[in-house]
Amino acid sequence: MNDMTQTNLERALKIVGSRPARPDGVDKVTGRALFGADKSLPNMLVGRVLRSPYAHAKIISIDTSKAEELKGVKAIVTSTDFEDFPSEFVPNGEMVVNMKDITRNVMAREKALYVGHTVAAVAATSEDIAEQALALIDVTYEVLPHVLEVEDAEKPGAPLLHDDMITIGIEPAPESASNVAKRVEFGFGDVEKGFSEADLIIEREFTTQQVHQGYIEPHACLASVSEDGQAELWCTTQGPFVVRNFCSKLLGFNAAQIRVTASEIGGGFGGKTVVYLEPLALALSRKSCRPVKMEMNRAEVFTSSGPTSGAKIWVKIGVKNNGQITAGDCVLKYQAGAFQGAPVGPGAMCAFAPYDLKNVRAVGYDIVVNRPKVAAYRAPGGPISEYGVESVIDEIAIKIGMDPIDLRLKNAAKEGTIAPYGPKLGPIGMIETLEAAKSHPHYSAPLGPNQARGVASGFWFNIGGETSSSITINEDGTVGLTLGTPDIGGSRASMAMMASEELGVPMELIKPIIGDTNSLGFNFLTGGSRATFSTGTTVVESTREAIEELKKRAALLWEVSLDQVEWFEGHARLISGDEPKTMSLAQIAKQAGKTGGPIMANCSMNVTGAGPSLGTHIVDVEVDEETGQVSIIRYTAIQDAGKAIHPAYVEGQMQGGAVQGIGWALNEEYIYNEKGELENTGFLDYRIPVCSDVPMIDTVIVEVPNPNHPYGVRGVGETPIIPPLAAISNAVSRATNKRFDELPLSPPKVLAKLMHG
Amino acid sequence: MNYVVPKTALEASKALVQEGAFALAGGTDLLVKLKTKFVSPSMVVDIKQVPKIMGIEATADGWWIGAATPCAEIVEHESFCKDWPGVVEALSLIGSTQIQGRATLGGNLCNASPAADSVPALISARGTCIISGQSREREEPIEKIVTSPGVTALEKGEFILGFKLPKPQSGTGDAYLRLIPRSEMDIAVVGAGTTVSVDKNKKITSIRVCLGAIAPTQIVLDGLEDIFIGKEPDENSINKLVSIAEAACKPIKDKRGTIEYRTKIAGVLSKRTLTIAYERATNH
Repeated sequence: MNDMTQTNLERALKIVGSRPARPDGVDKVTGRALFGADKSLPNMLVGRVLRSPYAHAKIISIDTSKAEELKGVKAIVTSTDFEDFPSEFVPNGEMVVNMKDITRNVMAREKALYVGHTVAAVAATSEDIAEQALALIDVTYEVLPHVLEVEDAEKPGAPLLHDDMITIGIEPAPESASNVAKRVEFGFGDVEKGFSEADLIIEREFTTQQVHQGYIEPHACLASVSEDGQAELWCTTQGPFVVRNFCSKLLGFNAAQIRVTASEIGGGFGGKTVVYLEPLALALSRKSCRPVKMEMNRAEVFTSSGPTSGAKIWVKIGVKNNGQITAGDCVLKYQAGAFQGAPVGPGAMCAFAPYDLKNVRAVGYDIVVNRPKVAAYRAPGGPISEYGVESVIDEIAIKIGMDPIDLRLKNAAKEGTIAPYGPKLGPIGMIETLEAAKSHPHYSAPLGPNQARGVASGFWFNIGGETSSSITINEDGTVGLTLGTPDIGGSRASMAMMASEELGVPMELIKPIIGDTNSLGFNFLTGGSRATFSTGTTVVESTREAIEELKKRAALLWEVSLDQVEWFEGHARLISGDEPKTMSLAQIAKQAGKTGGPIMANCSMNVTGAGPSLGTHIVDVEVDEETGQVSIIRYTAIQDAGKAIHPAYVEGQMQGGAVQGIGWALNEEYIYNEKGELENTGFLDYRIPVCSDVPMIDTVIVEVPNPNHPYGVRGVGETPIIPPLAAISNAVSRATNKRFDELPLSPPKVLAKLMHG
Repeated sequence: MNYVVPKTALEASKALVQEGAFALAGGTDLLVKLKTKFVSPSMVVDIKQVPKIMGIEATADGWWIGAATPCAEIVEHESFCKDWPGVVEALSLIGSTQIQGRATLGGNLCNASPAADSVPALISARGTCIISGQSREREEPIEKIVTSPGVTALEKGEFILGFKLPKPQSGTGDAYLRLIPRSEMDIAVVGAGTTVSVDKNKKITSIRVCLGAIAPTQIVLDGLEDIFIGKEPDENSINKLVSIAEAACKPIKDKRGTIEYRTKIAGVLSKRTLTIAYERATNH
C-alpha cells in the first residue's frame, strides 16, 4: 500500500484532482435516470402498508378475512408470514443491528411500538383497491402508555417497550428490565484529578431533537419472486448486498436466490442502509407469484423510516487559564427509537476526538422510546456529542478571553495523539484545518449590527470494509468498471478518474456502473464515507492488474519477455530495442482474442486503514432580537479530504453536510402530540433549509494524505455535518450574549430565551 | 367524480349547489386535498371560464381582480403594483413561483385559512368581493367572508366572482409582512397588513391594520383612529399599536408557534408594517 502512494507522489497527476463532468450527469438532469419507483413490470401489483395508529399497543388479533375477499386483492402478509429470530447482533456499518429487532421493525409482532409501525401489508391490482383492503383489515389493539423522551424512559416505573431488556454494560447486571438498552464508556486518565488542576470548569446540559435525513426520494422497490423461488429486487438503497442479506435472512431465501439491483438514489445519508418495504414486497410477491411494487409517501418516510436520535447530553470541561484542557467528561443519553441501537457508541468515541487530552471520559446510554427506530444519519451520533463539547469549548474561549481557534489549536489532536476511544492517531489534519480557518479572509471580515461569528470543529472516523469491483478492457479499447457501492455523491466519476489516471486513457472512454449482487463479490454498503476510499482502492488494484495483463499481451505480440515492457500513458512501451516501440491499449485490446482472450481483472478485499477526517467551520449569523429569527449571513467549511479525487464533488459533500447541519441547528425537529403522533409529517412543517435560507457555502479543501490509500483519500461525506450545530449555536450565543444549549434554534425558542433567559 | 366547466356564472352556481360539488380555480389547495384524501368531491366545478372571473383591470373607481386570476398575473401588472404594493407583497409570498402561476385570490380567501397571506393585505386595503349566486349577485367586505377556519359565509351555490379595490387616494401606502421560520415556501406564523393615508403635512388621515394567523379568522385592529388620526406616528403611539395588536391575539399553540410567540410577533409585525406603509404613504 505504501508503495502505491510512493508511485503516485512521484508522478504528476493528470486526471485525479481535476473536475470532469460526471458520467451519470446527463441522465440526472434530463430525467432519464431510473430511481426506486421508476421500474415497472407486466402484471405488477401495488403494495400498501397498514400502520399502527398507536404509539404503544399490544396487538391482540389481526383479522384479514374481509380484506382477502375484496376483488383485486392478491396477497396479504402479517407477522405470521415472517420467521422469528433469537436476539443476534450484526454489525451494519457504523451501527449494530439485531435480527430479532429487524424482523419486528419490518412487521410488528407482539406489540406496535410507534405510530406508523407496520402491522400488515397488502398487494392488490390497484392502489385504490389496496387502500380499501387496508381499511378492511381488523386489528384489535390494547393501547398501552407510551414514552417519548429519554428522561422519562429511564425513570423507574416508565412504560417498558421490551419487558426482557436488561441493560448491557453495567456490572453487576441489573435484575429488572428497563428502557436502557446499554451503557458504553470510553476514555482514559483521571478526570477528577484533571478537574482539580483546572483554573476554570464549565459544565452544561444540552438538548437536541430527533431529525430525519430528509432525502428527497422516498423508499421504493419492485420485487418479483417466481414460482421456483428465484427473486429479483430493484430498490433504492445504499447497499444492495446488505439488502440481499437482510431479506434472505428475514424470508428464508439463500443469497443466490435473490438478485438485488440498486436504482439511482435520490439521497440516503445513512437512511437507506436498512430494509423497510423490501422484505414486504418480496413476501407479497412470493405469496401472489406476481411482481409487487411498493412506495412510501412522505408521511410514511417521516413516521416509519429511521431518523437519528434526539438526545440529552451533559458536558464538563476543565481548563487552565492558558487554554490547556485538563479534563473532559460527558454523559450522552440518545433516543434509540423503538428498538435498541442508538449511535451513542460512535457519539461517545468522537465527542472529544478533535483534542489531545490526558484525562477524558465519555459515557453513553442507548435508550428505547416509542418513536421510529433510528437509522444511520451522516456521521451517526457525532454531530450530537460534538455539538455539546464544541459549545463548551466556545464558552471557555469567551470566559478566558482566548480566540476560539487558538484555544482549539492549543489542544488539537495530531499524529501520535491517543484518541479518546483508544488508538494512536496517524497523520490527521486538525491543526491544518484550524490554521486554514484562521488565515481565511472570512475569519477577519467585519461584522454588521446584530451579527456574530461562530466556529466549531468536527471529527469523524471513516471506515473501510468488504469491497469488490472489476474492470474489463473492451475490444475497442474502451473500459468498463463494475462497482458494488451505490453512487450517492459522485463516486462513479471518482472511480473512472482513478482508473483513467492509472491506465492513461481518457476518462470518457471509461464507463463505470453499479453492478447487481450477482455481478461481484460482497460489497458492504456505501456509508462511513467509505466508497472513494474502499472501492477506490480496489479499482486502483484491479486496474494495475489489468495493466499487467495488457503488458503481458504486448510482450506476447512483440515476442519479448514481460520485463521488457512498461506501461506509459495508455500504451505498452518496449524498454530496450533500437527504436522506440509502443502499442496502445486499443491495439492490444483489438488483438486480445489472439493473445489469450478477453482482458479483465477484479479486486476483492477487506479494505483497512481508513483515515479520520477533521473539519472546522466558520459561520456568521444575524439575530433579529424582536422575532428570534436567525439568518445565516456567511459560511465557510474547511476540511481535510486527504486527497480530493474530484474536488467539485468533495466541495459538494462539504456544502451538503453543512446545509444539513444548518437545518438541524435552526429548524428541524420531530414534533409529537400527547398521543405520540407525529404532527409534522411533511416538508412544510419539517423544515429542511430551502435555497434562500443559506448563502453560498464557501469551501477550503485541506489535503493531509491518508497513507493507506493509493492517492491519499480519507473520505469526506460525514465530517461536514458535525461542526454546523455548534458553530451556529456559538454564533447565536455570541450575538445575543446568552449561552444557547438547545436545538433547534427556531425563532420561538430563540425569542423565548431572549425574553426569559 | 365528475368534472364540469360552466360557461356562465349561473351555470356555475347551479353546479355548485349539488351535493359534494367543489369549486376549482387554480387548484393549489383542492388538488392537494384530493391527493391526501382530505376531501372526496362527487363533482369538481372548474369556474375559470365564467366571464369576468379571469384578469385584472382598472375601473372608474379602482381595480377589478377576477377571483380566478393567477397571482403571477397580478404581480406582473405594473400600475396595480404601484397602487397596492402591500397587496402585491402578500401575493408574492404565497407558495412558490410555480404555485403563484396557478394560485388565486378567490381560492386563498375561500380556503378560509387564518394564515392566508393575501387576506390581511386585502382587508387592510378595504377591498370588497363580488359574490355570484343562483338568484343574485352581492358585494361584501372581505372581512365578512371567513367565519372560522375552513368555513366561509358563502351560501350554497355561491362563489366569488372577483375583488374590488379602491383607487388609493393621494398619500396612501400599504405593506404586508409575515413571519415564517424559513425564508420562503412556508405558512405564516403571523401575517400583518397595514394601510395608511396621510395629508400634506404627513399627518395620518386613515389607518387600517389587519392580522392573520393569530385568531380563528383575520382580525382588524380596533381603536387605532384615536391614537393615530391627525398625527405622525411616534414611539408612544407605536407602543400603543403594539399593545392593541397583542391584546387582539387569540392564537392557538401548534407546531408552528406558541401562544406567547404569536402574540409577541403580532405586535412586532404591526409596528413594522406601519413603519413601511407610513413611509410609502408620505412618498405617494
